[in-house]
Amino acid sequence: VNQGDSFELKITPDRYVTVRYAGAGGDFNPIHIDEEFAQQVGLPGRILHGLWTMAQVARAHTEAGGAPDSLRALSVEFRGMGQIGEEITVSGTVRDVQDGIATIDSEATQSGKRIIRNGVAELKQGG
Amino acid sequence: VGVRTDAIGKTYPSATYAVGREKIREFAGAVGESNPVHLDLDAARAAGHADLVAPPMFAVVYSRPALGQVMFDPELAVNYAKLVHGAQAFRWGPLVIAGDEITTTVKIQDISVKEAAGLAFYVIASSSVNQRGEVVCSGTWANIVRDVS
Repeated sequence: VNQGDSFELKITPDRYVTVRYAGAGGDFNPIHIDEEFAQQVGLPGRILHGLWTMAQVARAHTEAGGAPDSLRALSVEFRGMGQIGEEITVSGTVRDVQDGIATIDSEATQSGKRIIRNGVAELKQGG
Repeated sequence: VGVRTDAIGKTYPSATYAVGREKIREFAGAVGESNPVHLDLDAARAAGHADLVAPPMFAVVYSRPALGQVMFDPELAVNYAKLVHGAQAFRWGPLVIAGDEITTTVKIQDISVKEAAGLAFYVIASSSVNQRGEVVCSGTWANIVRDVS
């Protein structure tokens, strides 16, 4: 991993991904799993869990780093709403490398919108 | 419902989560992990781990029992249906392995209101330690509640 290197991960969330993530992650907020409820509270429909999308950002880093403990830190901001059925692209770029730790800027986009922005990670070299 | 900014600094009882092998498999599957150290016991052991390795974002799972106390705190009266996640930060320590017991403490770091926009901001800090007392994850959870009055 060198300064200026970049990586990308693409994934299309299928219509049941929020149901599986609700069970696996324990967040059963109905805005993610109940179409009618989501519409009643003013959303276009069920939306992705932000933390599921963040998990895609995390996975892009651990795959680039080669191991789960290569990822030392990750912070993100959520924007807008992640949609079911539309491809998400996670992209990361190495800002700099110091003492074996790469600082990586990242974002996740969907249909041209940034649903995660200002991602910053620390990735351990050869982790 | 008024926003209780006087709860800044409030702490809650710690909560311990026992990390199970099948829960790791379930979570890894739900987020699309394909690294066999999360899924295949032989691969995890061959890589030098005692059992399946939790993906970093499994922090969401072992933090939840402690964190839930805040979001469902009757004193805060957060409107769960109007809750959206604003930002999230994690810093990880040693890996979490199936069989670990992770104890998480949480504290309300900040509560603020943008009255004109009808938004309330809740920032919660979490710290999770394993059974050896090593900090495996510290988290900052920033939630936004819409349509507050």
